[in-house]
Amino acid sequence: MAPPPEPASTAAPPLPPAAPPLPPAVVEAELEEELHLPEAIPEAKRPRVRERVGRARELFAAPFASIRRRAKIDEATFEALEEALLLADVGLPTTERLLTPLRERLAAKALGDDPDALLEALKQDATALFAGEDRALHRESDTTSVWLFVGVNGVGKTTTIGKLATFEKAAGRDVVLAAGDTFRAAAGEQLELWGERSGAEVVRGTEGADPSSVVFDAIQHAAAKGAPLVLADTAGRLHTKVNLMEELRKVRRVADRPPGKVTEVLLVLDATTGQNGLAQARQFTEAVAVTGVVLTKLDGSAKGGVVLAIRSELGLPIKLVGLGEGAPDLVEFDPEEFVGALFD
Amino acid sequence: MFETLTDRFEGILTRLRGRGRLGDAEIAEVLREIRVALLEADVSLEVVRDLLERIRERCSGAELSKSLTPAQQVIKVVDEELTATLGGESFKLTYASKPPTVVLLAGLQGAGKTAAAAKLARWFKQQGRHPLLVGADLQRPAAVEQLRVLGRDVGAAVFSEPTDPVAVARRGVEEAVRVGRDVVVIDTAGRLAIDEALMREVAEVSAATRPHYTLLVVDAMTGQDAVRTARAFHETLELDGIILTKVDGDARGGAALSVKQVVGKPVAFVSTGERPAEFEPFYPDRMASRILGMGDVLSLIEKAEREYDEDVAAKAVERLRAGRFSLEDFHEQLQQMKKMGPLQNMLGMLPGIPKEVRDAGIDESQVSRIEAIIRSMTPQERDDPSVINGSRRMRIAAGSGTSTSDVNNLLRQFKEMQRFMRSSGMAGALARSGPRRKKKQGGRSSSRKGAGSRH
Ligand SMILES: Nc1nc2c(ncn2[C@@H]2O[C@H](COP(=O)(O)OP(=O)(O)OP(=O)(O)O)[C@@H](O)[C@H]2O)c(=O)[nH]1
Ligand SMILES: Nc1nc2c(ncn2[C@@H]2O[C@H](COP(=O)(O)OP(=O)(O)OP(=O)(O)O)[C@@H](O)[C@H]2O)c(=O)[nH]1
Ligand SMILES: [Mg+2]
Ligand SMILES: [Mg+2]
Repeated sequence: MAPPPEPASTAAPPLPPAAPPLPPAVVEAELEEELHLPEAIPEAKRPRVRERVGRARELFAAPFASIRRRAKIDEATFEALEEALLLADVGLPTTERLLTPLRERLAAKALGDDPDALLEALKQDATALFAGEDRALHRESDTTSVWLFVGVNGVGKTTTIGKLATFEKAAGRDVVLAAGDTFRAAAGEQLELWGERSGAEVVRGTEGADPSSVVFDAIQHAAAKGAPLVLADTAGRLHTKVNLMEELRKVRRVADRPPGKVTEVLLVLDATTGQNGLAQARQFTEAVAVTGVVLTKLDGSAKGGVVLAIRSELGLPIKLVGLGEGAPDLVEFDPEEFVGALFD
Repeated sequence: MFETLTDRFEGILTRLRGRGRLGDAEIAEVLREIRVALLEADVSLEVVRDLLERIRERCSGAELSKSLTPAQQVIKVVDEELTATLGGESFKLTYASKPPTVVLLAGLQGAGKTAAAAKLARWFKQQGRHPLLVGADLQRPAAVEQLRVLGRDVGAAVFSEPTDPVAVARRGVEEAVRVGRDVVVIDTAGRLAIDEALMREVAEVSAATRPHYTLLVVDAMTGQDAVRTARAFHETLELDGIILTKVDGDARGGAALSVKQVVGKPVAFVSTGERPAEFEPFYPDRMASRILGMGDVLSLIEKAEREYDEDVAAKAVERLRAGRFSLEDFHEQLQQMKKMGPLQNMLGMLPGIPKEVRDAGIDESQVSRIEAIIRSMTPQERDDPSVINGSRRMRIAAGSGTSTSDVNNLLRQFKEMQRFMRSSGMAGALARSGPRRKKKQGGRSSSRKGAGSRH
């Protein structure tokens, strides 16, 4: 077994002490005077809260309904299609890539006059982008497989790990969670709670510990107890931060040392992300050779269309989809369903 | 990317060289390029449409500038429109007369609410306040613990209890009153705009705490959904402002435009990193140039204009010295002065202006009338006003929509001015029209850093 590369602080220390109780009701002496201040809000604003939430659904009226209603295919039809794709965050280059062949087919009279047929053709083309993608989550039987979760801040890495851990445990497979986010406040505690929920063991380091050493420890621990899979959490980081991307490279390198083997590097992508998603995919792939995308928060009003661009420009497969905050809210990516939702 | 956009602009607009106005065909082409740029920056489709219309209006038939290439001129218009949309009334926080001042944060999952709560607490402390953080997110695992750790980092007390969000928020405000905290910042759970139950819940939190300020926390990387989400949160909570997060990345941040346009309330702060100190007030011009992706080009434009201005001023002085200061020069000077901001301020800054002149007060509408009159003159008349006879006066008055006595007044004033200038320090003053240059440089170019720069 290779020794850990950074011996310092590799021994998993006990959990940090629980949060101190609520601070006592301190009243600073000088505070009393400050309570009545000269500047005043002209009559404390009343939050006239409107109970209009029920209307939300109407607001998101389907842009495609109007396309279907058209009697024939003309320039306006294409404009409506373009608009719908752009609204779904597909982005202009990919939108044009999808529409240009259809325009050509129309010009060659190979499409007919039915907007519905046009829409079907577009759906097929969009779905075909995902044809042949490898959506499997890989493991290797004679090593400890490691799935590394990477992505920018707040996209759903930790939650996705919690969901997968629940799934693995429910399927009767042991799994160890590596709390590789040693930076963000209470990231370890958050993963710990997912560990409790799922019944998976969590290996943590001290706050500020080297993430690669935490991941290494988790792999050692998994190997020792015979757990075949480690789900490694990492701190959210923007793909533009050179030192943090370097840190991630190191995590991957270390995780790949026997008995560990990195069999998946999953880029977690928030469906609300716009065109920046492409830059994220590009940079993370370059740094740590991403093997697939997890598209989260698709339960919201965002359509996540940027994965069409990611797929067509970088060829990355989309593997999983997050549909909520709960443990069961994770499904395999289904291109037809996804594209269908894009056009609803 | 911005080089290519400028290049494309130049390509389209070189055809215009030597012509006096921007042509419709060229404008249409340029607008197409702008549309691409804005969409790439994630500005929402409806806002893009709106902006393009305004840009078209301002460009069509516009006279070509003397200091800028046509491409630069269009870019400048775009920049101004973006800045205007992003700007307007800036966020002003007034503390409640009866503390605590309550601030409620809301937004989608993972937008950065909890981080922003701590940042705000830190900011309030710097303002000499005593904030209490209230953890009303009882949903996400370890959300309260996260707030506690951050609260400890920034030295702000944190209140929470495992009851329900509405109760926690209400009790939080009561607690602040009890312990004498003058600001309360409430962190709420992330929620989707289409999640009716959770939207109702945050509405109840709001009703129970009556926040003075409700801020929507928006991720700068958000795409087209920004509009839908902002609209729904605004309908439910009546927002007072926006906090834009994760501006430290390379997202162009078009969502800022979309949300600002939909909500109509200012962007209060931008968050530029994970650490509590990485939090700044919002500068519309920085954000505009970032969205446009053309910070460098914009500083170039400023420089070109500044140099042109200096050039014009220097020439004017020369002509003044030689006693050849014409109405044409006067017109140029008026243009320059208009660009410098209110004339009153301008005169105040110039050395050597007699007190009577400074105090006389300048009527800006008067200036427009003067301009109109000069514009209705022929080049010959501008160069040598002595040729302006009775019939010319009538033509000029009709052309400028003024009366012959207005024309007479101007000519008389101009004559006096020529005399006054020759005899006073005005010539030197014009050559040194320094205060403005300093002001402009300080305001603009220094602000091009930060949000405008990419790391
Ligand atoms: N609606 C919805 N919310 C989600 C989904 N996945 C994650 N979330 C929520 O998004 C927020 C952020 O999730 P995390 O798992 O903490 O994200 P992260 O990428 O680990 O964040 P950092 O570690 O801070 O970078 C939490 O409130 C999650 O509950 C999803 O599929 N749908
Ligand atoms: N790079 C960067 N990261 C940020 C910024 N603001 C917040 N974050 C990070 O984004 C992630 C999510 O931030 P949170 O404050 O937990 O977001 P939230 O809105 O409270 O999330 P939920 O409570 O789960 O809905 C964390 O990793 C933060 O450290 C920022 O301005 N820049
Ligand atoms: Mg996490
Ligand atoms: Mg939070």
